[in-house]
Amino acid sequence: MFDFLESGQYDVLGAFWVTVQLTFYSAIGSLIWGTVLAAMRVSPVPLMRTFGTVYVHVVRNTPLTVIVMAASLGLFQTLGITLTGSDDFEVIGFRLAVLSLIAYHATFVCEALRSGINTVPVGQAEAARALGLNFSQVLSLIVLPQAFRAVVTPLANVLIALTKNTTVAAAIGVAEAALLMKEMIETESDAIFLVSAMFAFGFVVLTLPTGMLLGWVSKRVAVKR
Amino acid sequence: MSNLSVLYDAPGPRAKARNVLYSVVFVVLLGLALWWVLDIMADKNQLDAEKWSPFVSDGRVWTTYLIPGLLNTLKAAALSILIALPLGAVFGIARLSDHRWVRVPAGAVVEFFRAIPVLLMMFFANAAYAQFTDISSDVRPLYAVVTGLVLYNASVIAEIVRAGILSLPSGQTDAAKAIGMRKGQIMVYVLLPQAVTAMLPALVSQIVVIVKDTALGGALLGYMELLSQVRLITANYGANTIAAFTVVALIFVVLNYLLTSLASWVEGRVRRAKRSTGAVLHADTNTEMEFDEPNVAS
Repeated sequence: MFDFLESGQYDVLGAFWVTVQLTFYSAIGSLIWGTVLAAMRVSPVPLMRTFGTVYVHVVRNTPLTVIVMAASLGLFQTLGITLTGSDDFEVIGFRLAVLSLIAYHATFVCEALRSGINTVPVGQAEAARALGLNFSQVLSLIVLPQAFRAVVTPLANVLIALTKNTTVAAAIGVAEAALLMKEMIETESDAIFLVSAMFAFGFVVLTLPTGMLLGWVSKRVAVKR
Repeated sequence: MSNLSVLYDAPGPRAKARNVLYSVVFVVLLGLALWWVLDIMADKNQLDAEKWSPFVSDGRVWTTYLIPGLLNTLKAAALSILIALPLGAVFGIARLSDHRWVRVPAGAVVEFFRAIPVLLMMFFANAAYAQFTDISSDVRPLYAVVTGLVLYNASVIAEIVRAGILSLPSGQTDAAKAIGMRKGQIMVYVLLPQAVTAMLPALVSQIVVIVKDTALGGALLGYMELLSQVRLITANYGANTIAAFTVVALIFVVLNYLLTSLASWVEGRVRRAKRSTGAVLHADTNTEMEFDEPNVAS
């Protein structure tokens, strides 16, 4: 039944490994960039607030597919920005895909964090200010640590969506799971149900434990109020 | 903490000066980044007037490419919404059924389709239609895109509907039972109409998700929607890649922004109407729906 796998023609595990790598680097990047955006949106500097708001509204209303294609056709093929010294298309495509995934998912991290900041009682910030802490200290020492603990579940949902959205990188030829599935479905046309089920199963395996693990974490770290 | 100014003291003279300094530094950094990008663009001749002017002066760019593309995007999105909404409502209600044999399979279907990427479903639908049906190859991408979007979004809408109904106070069901309504009547006359108010914001952001996801069909299945017009425009108007992407992205942003604004307007009206009639579902007692799908479309 799985004889198309035995030919050694398709590296399914390798493709899913690329998916995992895309998810890993994009998750870290969008967590950092999303936190910076959230800090900008609550900062005392009006200009930074405006920038954060405009960035979030523009980017989250743009389809990820448009961002990924623009990174490949626009940034790389037109402007010659490769993000790497080498001219290996695999590496360039991978890095551009990570860049686009970060730019897009950071907006959702930012919105999740902002809602987390809203769950922190006003008294926490007031007490911190009464102690003489300045804005960056209030945010980084008092408010954000509590906000992060409140938004583990929303962030887990963003991570799961990010895992699924790495498939969009297939549009610029990054050799991840969805691209391999497209290839296999075309060549092994007598086994499309089997091939599809296999890739669907792969994604269920990737997303289900993430959700369960982070659900457990969110219960453990939740701030009791 | 919705009033964010509690995070910092009211700025005094020194803080004001510091904020001005930060603003200036930020503007300079932003300006440097912009200048760097514009410099590269000018270097690659992407700023030339003839690459941007067709979008303003040549109506044919719009009539031949952008508007038909936009219409195709809207067509796929509208079809998906029209099919996914009732299907999602049915599955959402089925998950709340009293019968195990309805509840469990419906739950399994919903959870399965929510866990896999929408692109995989589009690929599968495309291949399955090619092999088992005689849908002609020029409309097959549309069918595949709509099938993928329906499968995924119906399962998300099912969760929205379920959360919306669960967010209603249980007194509603009790009262309806007390006046002798049957289960079907309770759902149709009592629960669903009230749940719609609570669901509206989540439903509209799901519609935005659907509009955004149609772009996948353009990039990977050859459906001639808005994004796929970029290639045609750059082929016909002298490699104006940056200009074409900018215009297409702007159209998407404006379209989705309009949808979101419309939704908050409708939501405001519905909420106000509810309050004035003294209905049970006040805006403040309306407990937050336990639905936190982040609506991260592709």
